[in-house]
Amino acid sequence: MRGGASVIDSIKDFVSWFFVTGDPLIYGADVAIVLTTVAIIFVLTYFRKWDWLWREWLTTVDHKRVGIMYIIASLLMLFRGGVDALLMRTQLAFPDLKFLSPEHYNEVFTTHGVEMIFFMAMPLMFGLFNIAVPLQLGARDVAFPFLNSLSFWLFFMGAMLFNMSFVIGGSANAGWLSYPPLSELTGSPGVGEDFYIWGVQISGIGSLMTGINFIVTIVKMRAPGMTWSRVPIFTWSVLSSCIAIIVAFPVLTVTLALVFLDRFLGAHFFTTDGGGNAMMYVNLIWMWGHPEVYIIVLPAFGVFSEVVAAFSRKRLFGYGSMVFAMLSISLLAYFTWLHHFFTMGSGADVNLFFAITTMIIAIPTGVKIFNWLFTMYRGRITFQTPMLWTLGFIPCFVVGGMTGVMLSAAPADFQFHNSYFLIAHFHQVLIGGAVFGYFAGLYYWWPKIFGFKLNEPIGKWAFWIWNIGFYVCFMPQYFVGLDGMTRRLSSYGWDKGWWAMNFTSTIGGFLMGLGFLFQVWQIAHSIKFMEKDTTGDPWGARTLEWSIPSPAPLYNFATIPVVTDRDDWWEEKERIAAGKAPKARPKLEPIHMPKNSPIPFIQAICWFTVGFGLVFHWLWIAIPGFIGIALTMLAHSFNYDTDYYIPVDEIKRTEAKAGRIV
Amino acid sequence: MAHAHHQPFAHEGGHEGHHDLEELRKFGFWIFLITDCILFATLFATYFVLHENTAGGPGAKEIFELPGVIVETFILLTSSFTSGLAVLALNAGSRKGLIGWLLVTILLGACFIGMEVTEFLKLVDEGHTIHSNAFLSGFFTLVGTHGMHVSLGICWITALIIQLSRHGITPVTQRKVHITSLYWHFLDAVWIFVFTFVYLLGVS
Ligand code: HEM
Ligand SMILES: [Cu+2]
Repeated sequence: MRGGASVIDSIKDFVSWFFVTGDPLIYGADVAIVLTTVAIIFVLTYFRKWDWLWREWLTTVDHKRVGIMYIIASLLMLFRGGVDALLMRTQLAFPDLKFLSPEHYNEVFTTHGVEMIFFMAMPLMFGLFNIAVPLQLGARDVAFPFLNSLSFWLFFMGAMLFNMSFVIGGSANAGWLSYPPLSELTGSPGVGEDFYIWGVQISGIGSLMTGINFIVTIVKMRAPGMTWSRVPIFTWSVLSSCIAIIVAFPVLTVTLALVFLDRFLGAHFFTTDGGGNAMMYVNLIWMWGHPEVYIIVLPAFGVFSEVVAAFSRKRLFGYGSMVFAMLSISLLAYFTWLHHFFTMGSGADVNLFFAITTMIIAIPTGVKIFNWLFTMYRGRITFQTPMLWTLGFIPCFVVGGMTGVMLSAAPADFQFHNSYFLIAHFHQVLIGGAVFGYFAGLYYWWPKIFGFKLNEPIGKWAFWIWNIGFYVCFMPQYFVGLDGMTRRLSSYGWDKGWWAMNFTSTIGGFLMGLGFLFQVWQIAHSIKFMEKDTTGDPWGARTLEWSIPSPAPLYNFATIPVVTDRDDWWEEKERIAAGKAPKARPKLEPIHMPKNSPIPFIQAICWFTVGFGLVFHWLWIAIPGFIGIALTMLAHSFNYDTDYYIPVDEIKRTEAKAGRIV
Repeated sequence: MAHAHHQPFAHEGGHEGHHDLEELRKFGFWIFLITDCILFATLFATYFVLHENTAGGPGAKEIFELPGVIVETFILLTSSFTSGLAVLALNAGSRKGLIGWLLVTILLGACFIGMEVTEFLKLVDEGHTIHSNAFLSGFFTLVGTHGMHVSLGICWITALIIQLSRHGITPVTQRKVHITSLYWHFLDAVWIFVFTFVYLLGVS
């Protein structure tokens, strides 16, 4: 039958279109993905862990567990984004190399940027929010635990959707901000761009909800006595970051929706025909994008402040100015977006305004660096890993900040624009500022999360390898940038004279990869060999989270602390050391807790379904997804059985097990 | 009986570290509204940048028909008023009055949506679609987003009416009424901007 053959042909056509084919790297990835999936399913089934996974993790609304899931997912994404980075660096190590084709290179730098910003930095930061903020506030939870779990699953499903494009349909290749007309159908006719839009959109909605959640948590759920001048500095940084989130992310939501309408319904927002205005896109995306870099970096500043004070055994110098600096950055960040396109003909006055606002931001940032230095001055400093990452950050950020000011001078930007100088600058700020900060935070709070410290010697190796790798990788890029090498370049000729610097840079990239491997080893080693921390306060730190056992019990605080000082836990320890009586604790009462819920997980799968359907413009998949979202929302709205009480006996038992008498 | 376990909230003041969950949710909703404001502001900004880019097609003056829009506006304003009456009934403790006014509110909302859909269909019928030019892309998206918000509000209030008839007035349903009515007023305020800046300025 002729029909039969043509059905098979069309299935073949479909498969070769649907799955990405023709590249050995990708076949390798296919195999790896299938094997990993099979292995995971096998392990879960063999050890009968499905039920445990479902009850303890997928349906959990406990902020500490949500935090752990964020951290695991983001470290996996760091791995993926890091592999992308090394692929690119390999391609650039020698002139005229044919390792990645130009098209593939475009996909890889796009994926790398998106992966790192949206699916590594943001979730790692949210992981730390979740771990630390409620504990620092002396609270039992975040304001909206259900929403918190939903935020996580939206991030996760968005990330999975985006990651899928690697093997199904094809990846986006228009850069991490996907400017039109490249991102329009004319420039990107495949589905890669739609994967970008929906992956980022879904996880972005999760981020927006996290912003709301933590603002309410911080404003409304501080322990009694915790006035604004007693709020721990990390929590202040989270508040300023969240303020920037709620202002910036709706703009991103709209921007992505509008490009999608262009692609899906043939609208003309940013097209070159039909009256569309691509410049409008650039304005909108940077109105989100510039605050975004501060959203990412502010919590890192919070971590550094916390760590510097704890490891210098001194009060943070200039607490007030620090808070003021962070809040003003979160506002100023909104008025600098145009510096990303000085060269696009906005006119001298406009450029001047944005050049000035950009330079003003350097002032609060400088204030902070001096505060950290003054905190260390005459402190009893110990150099454990969290402190090392903090110290490593300072010179890195000073250089990154200076080159940033160089870029913010509008005339100079005409020279550096889109060169490797820029690449070196923003990696220096993003890695040296944000990633080092989150690492410091991770090392710092690790014992609080898991109940044991990470091995220090391996950690120190990891730190030094990362740091040396960092400078070897990015310093040469400033020079090769000044020498005229532009970004997003997939190859260059021998005649350019860029070989030595690029080769050095690639070595640095691989060193950072090695540093990451050391961290993996460190974690594996520590899980096996490190002793349990029984103190709850292994660093001798200052804030409330260290006053409870590690890992924190489900309800965090058996009795809610009454705060009388800024570094309340430190002051309490001083009082006890001076022979005074510890603060009186009220008597135990049953604790009110939210119940687990499967709805966030299920609803996020529905979002994934919608995203997947819309990527391929298949409404027959998207519509059931929409209905699923509506039904899960209704199910949640009609559910009045959302909480329970932990009885006093159980609290007593838990505390006794952790060695506490209450 | 079903919600007896909510009773303890009433006495949970700040001193034990418990928080009034209903208050938290209201505060959270206010912040959500700020984000929604920014979302609409972005759409308005886009519309303004693009509203003269008709790519040779007819502009606002030629295609908008004010009379229908004025009626729509009145309907929506009235629904905001009736949702206020619902809250008054709530405060008076009258479940019947509350449900009644909520029903009136969603009926008016449905009329508003019906008229908007008719307007859109007519425009499309005349060949003015989202695909025609940037001006219409901006128009359909801005007004359509508002319409989608109103539709969502209708579903939400419907669900709430069912819950009210099941559970009566409790701290939970009370908070839900407050929040939906806040949402409804917010949509009304956004519409006033749409009416003034899109339609009135468009035809003048
Ligand atoms: C860990 C070592 C890293 C290395 C070796 C590395 C390397 C690279 C390279 C080679 C490019 C492409 C430059 C070009 O051709 O234009 C790039 C782009 C980029 N990287 Fe990284 N990167 C690293 C980490 C990060 C991190 C941690 C972030 C963010 C938190 C990040 C964000 C970006 C972004 C946003 C781009 C721009 C992508 C685009 O042009 O669309 N990178 N990186
Ligand atoms: Cu910027």
